[in-house]
Amino acid sequence: MSPAPPSAAASRDPARSFQDMILTLHDFWSANGCVILQPYDMRMGAGTFHTATTLRALGPEPWSAAFVQPCRRPTDGRYGENPNRLQHYYQYQVILKPSPPDIQELYLHSLAAIGIDPLAHDIRFVEDDWESPTLGAWGLGWEVWCDGMEVTQFTYFQQMGGFDCKPVAGELTYGLERLAMYIQGVDNVYDLAFNTAGVSYGDVFLENERQMSKWNFEVADTETLFEGFRRAEAECLRSLAAGVPIAAYEQAIEASHLFNLLQARGVISVQERASYMARVRDLARSSCEAYATKMTPEWQVKYPGWSLV
Amino acid sequence: MADFLLELRCEEIPARMQTGARAELEKLFRRELDAAGVAAGELTIWSTPRRLALIARGLPLATEAVSEEAKGPPEGAPDAAIDGFCKKAGVTREELTLREVKGRMTWFAVRHAPGRPMVEVLSAAIPAIIRDFSWPKAMRWGAASISTESLRWVRPLSGIVALLDGQVVPCEIGGIAAGRKTIGHRFHASGPITIDSADDYAAKLREAFVIVNHEERQDIIRTGAAKVAAAAGLTLVADEGLVVENAGLTEWPVPLLGRFDEAFLDVPPEVIQLTARVNQKYFVCEGADGKLANAFVCTANIEPRDARVVVDGNRKVLAARLSDARFFWEQDQKTPLAVHAERLSRITFHEKLGTVADKALRVAKLARWLCEEGIVTGDPALAEQAARLAKADLVTEMVGEFPELQGLMGGYYAAKEGLPQEVSEAIRDHYKPVGQGDEVPTAPVTVAVSLADKLDSLCQFFLIDETPTGSKDPFALRRAAIGVISLILGNALRFRMQDVLRKAVEDDLEKFEKVFFGHADKGLGAFFAERLKVQQREAGIRHDLIDAVFALGGEDDLVRLLARVHALQAFVSTEDGTNLLAGYKRAANILKKEGFAAGEGAQALSYTPEAAEKALIDALDAAAPRAAEAVEAERFADAMAALATLRAPIDRFFEEVTVNDADANKRAARLGLLARFRDAVHQVADFSRIEG
Repeated sequence: MSPAPPSAAASRDPARSFQDMILTLHDFWSANGCVILQPYDMRMGAGTFHTATTLRALGPEPWSAAFVQPCRRPTDGRYGENPNRLQHYYQYQVILKPSPPDIQELYLHSLAAIGIDPLAHDIRFVEDDWESPTLGAWGLGWEVWCDGMEVTQFTYFQQMGGFDCKPVAGELTYGLERLAMYIQGVDNVYDLAFNTAGVSYGDVFLENERQMSKWNFEVADTETLFEGFRRAEAECLRSLAAGVPIAAYEQAIEASHLFNLLQARGVISVQERASYMARVRDLARSSCEAYATKMTPEWQVKYPGWSLV
Repeated sequence: MADFLLELRCEEIPARMQTGARAELEKLFRRELDAAGVAAGELTIWSTPRRLALIARGLPLATEAVSEEAKGPPEGAPDAAIDGFCKKAGVTREELTLREVKGRMTWFAVRHAPGRPMVEVLSAAIPAIIRDFSWPKAMRWGAASISTESLRWVRPLSGIVALLDGQVVPCEIGGIAAGRKTIGHRFHASGPITIDSADDYAAKLREAFVIVNHEERQDIIRTGAAKVAAAAGLTLVADEGLVVENAGLTEWPVPLLGRFDEAFLDVPPEVIQLTARVNQKYFVCEGADGKLANAFVCTANIEPRDARVVVDGNRKVLAARLSDARFFWEQDQKTPLAVHAERLSRITFHEKLGTVADKALRVAKLARWLCEEGIVTGDPALAEQAARLAKADLVTEMVGEFPELQGLMGGYYAAKEGLPQEVSEAIRDHYKPVGQGDEVPTAPVTVAVSLADKLDSLCQFFLIDETPTGSKDPFALRRAAIGVISLILGNALRFRMQDVLRKAVEDDLEKFEKVFFGHADKGLGAFFAERLKVQQREAGIRHDLIDAVFALGGEDDLVRLLARVHALQAFVSTEDGTNLLAGYKRAANILKKEGFAAGEGAQALSYTPEAAEKALIDALDAAAPRAAEAVEAERFADAMAALATLRAPIDRFFEEVTVNDADANKRAARLGLLARFRDAVHQVADFSRIEG
C-alpha cells in the first residue's frame, strides 16, 4: 500500500494558498461550535441572503454556522481587467446567535489563525452600521480595518424581516479575496495562489469574469430577465399563499438577482428603479414574516414566554 | 472627603459619538448627585474607543440628613383625606403627629431622612446612569437580548470599575458587577489590571498602553503628525476634525508617514485630500512650494513591530482608492460637460418642480437677463453658458463618489475642456457663498450664475409653498436668501428685488404675486426682510431701523436701503437724533389723536404766527427740500443733517406754542405744521417704527 496522503490540517498554508485560508477558517469556526455549511445553491448578492443567516437570525433558538458564499454583483464586473473588482467573488460568513460575549476575541483569533499578527498589523474596529431595506434588517457594528483596509464587516443584527432579533446574532463577513491578497502580498486578485500546487485565482476565474461581465452587461436577454422577474414574483406570492415561506424566500432571492442583472443591462430607468426595489423588498419581507409567523408556535413550545413581537 | 472613579468599558465606541458621550456622562452623574443633595464639584471625564471614565474628587462620605415636614388635613377629617395625605407624604398613619394650627388640631407628617453613605448613593446612581444614558444609536446583544427589555448600550457593555476612595462601590447591571479590574490595550497588554483608586487609574492604564485622556491623545496625534511630516521635509495640512476622529479610534496613537505614487498628483488636490480624509482618515502634506505632496500620515493604534509593514499596507489601500479617483477623473473627462448636462433631464430636482435640467434652463435665462440688464456686468452669453453647465458635474462619477466636490469638479472639467475661464470659474464657485461668512464671489459671470441659481430656488419653492418653518428648512432656503443678500451687498448690485423676482418667474404676474406676497404676508418679500435683519444683526445693525426704512414701502433696492439704515443708525445715536425722535413721537401722537393723515400739511396762515411757530416754519421750509434732495441723490447722511436742523425748532415749538388753541384756525394751522414736520422726517424713515 502506498503511503497515506498528507493529512489536512497539519499541512495547511493560509499565507500561500487561498483554499488553505478558507479551510483554516473552517477549522477554526468548526472548533468553536459552528456548523460548517456549503454555499447556498442560488445566485445572490451577499452572504447575508443565505437562509442560514436571514431566516436563522429569526427566532429564539441558538444557531452557529460558518460558510463560504459566492456573491454575484453584476455591475461590479470589469471584464477581468480591474485588479480589485469582480462580478463574482467569495464571502466567508459566520453567524453566532446569541452573540457570545467574547465574539471580538474569537474573531481576532481567527485572523491570527490565517496569519494576521495584530502586533505587526494595525487592526481597528471602525464604526459601520449595516442596513438592508430589502430584508427589513439593520444592525450596528464595525468594518474591521487591517492597516487601513476593510477586511470584515462585523454586525450585531438588531432587526431582521422587520422583527426585533430576540436574541441578537453576531454576523462576521470576511472579504476572502481581499484578505488573501493582503496575506499573500499580491496587488492583483488574479495573481492569488489558489492552492500551493501552482493554480492561481486567475487560472480558475479570469475567463469566467470576462465572459460573465460580457453576459451581464451586453448579452443577457432583457426580455427573459423581465419575464423571469415577473415569474419569480408570482411564484413567491403563490408559495406564500401555499404556506411554504422558505420556497417563497428563494423566489425573492431570485427576483433580487434578476433585478441586479436588469440594472447591469441598463434597462431600468431611475424612476422605475425605486419601484422595482420596493417590489423585491416586499417579497423578501413577506417571506421572512411568513417564515417567522409559521415557526413561532414551535419556538414558543421550546421557549415559553417568547413572542415574535 | 472621598475621590470616586468610574470606568464604563465596552466594545469600540464610534469616534463621532465620544464627545457627546462624555457630556452625557457628566450630565447624568450630576443629575444623580443633585438628587441626593450632593454637589458634584469638578469632574474629570475621559474617553477612549473602549471606555468612558469619570473622576470626581472631594465627594462627602455621606449626604446630609434632612427632615421634611408636611401639613395635612385637620383632626377629624374623613379617612380618605387622611389616607391620601399619608400616601402622598410617604408615611403610615401611625407616624402622623398632631399640632395646633390657629386653634385647630392638624395632622403633620414629619420625615427624617438620615444622611446616606456616599457609597450607597453611588451604588444606586451607577445603574441609573447606565440605564438612562442616551446614545445616538443603541443596541442589544448577547443571551439577554432574547428579551427586548435587555440593557441597551452603544456596543456591548463589558465591564465597570467603580471605586470610592479605593473601595469597590457594589452595584450590578445587565449581569455586569462593578469591580476594580480593567483591561489595557487590546494587543499590547494582556490580562486584567487591578486599579487601586482614582489616583493610579491613568498611570496603570498608561503602563498597559492606553492613554485614557483623549486630549492627550489628540495632542500626540496633532504634534506627532506634524513632526513626521517635518522630518520628511513637508508641512502637515492641519485638520482638527481628523485629529479628534483619530484620537477616537485609538488608545495608543502612533502617527506614521507614508508616500504614494507621484503619478496620482495629476488628480486635483481636493480629490486626493478628500479620498485620504473621508475614506482612510489620513492627513495630507504640502511641499515647500505649498502644493500637495505625495505623502500621507496615518495613525496606527499600535507600536508596530515594523512600521514599514503597516505603512505599506495603508499605502496600498490609498493607492487603490486613488486609482478609483483617477479612473473617475479620466472617465468624466471623456464626456464634454454639455453632454453630461443632457443627463440632468433624468434627475428630479423636486417632484413638483421638474428635473435639474429644467432648473438649469431657468437659471441660464435669468443669469443672461441679469447681465443684459446691466445688473451684473458680466457677458450675457458666458453667463448663460456657465449656468447651463453649472449642474452638469452632478452626474459625473467623481461627484457621485464625493458629493461635496460639486461645483469644484465641474470647474476643473470645464477648464480641462478649454472653456473660457469666466465659465469654469462660475461653474466652480456658483454655490458660493454657502451661508454667512463664506467668501462672496465677485467675478461678474459667477455672480450672475450664483444669484440666478439662488433666486430660482427661492422663487420655485415659494411657488409650491415649500417654505421654511421653525427649525425646518429642508431646501436650505434661508441660506439661499442670505447668499442672495451677501451677493448683492458684497458687489453693490443695484436693482429692485421685485423686478428681478418677476423675471425669475418668467414675467408671470400671478406667479410673481404668489411668490412675493405669499399667504398672510409670508411671501419672499417679507422673507428677505427677515433674513436681512438676521444677516445685519452680526454687523450690529438694529432691526427696528431696517423696519423703519422698509415701512416707507417700495424700497427694495437692498444697497440703497442699507445705506439709508446706516445713516439712520448713526443719526439716532446722536443727541440731535434722540431729541428729534422724541419730538417726532410727540407730534405723531398728537396727529394720531386728531386723526390727521399724511399730506395734510402746509396751509396759508390767517394769523401772525408766534415766534417759535415761525421759526419751525422757516426751518421746515429750508430743511424739507434739502432732505428730499439729499435722499434723491442717495446722500443719506446729508438728509439726516437736514433733519437735525429741525431739532431745536421743534423742541422750542412744543415749549412755547399751544397746539390746541381755542381759535380753530390756529389749531388747524398748527396741526398742519406738525404734519409737515412728520412728513419731512418720513422722507428718510418711518420714525414710528424706531424703538426707544
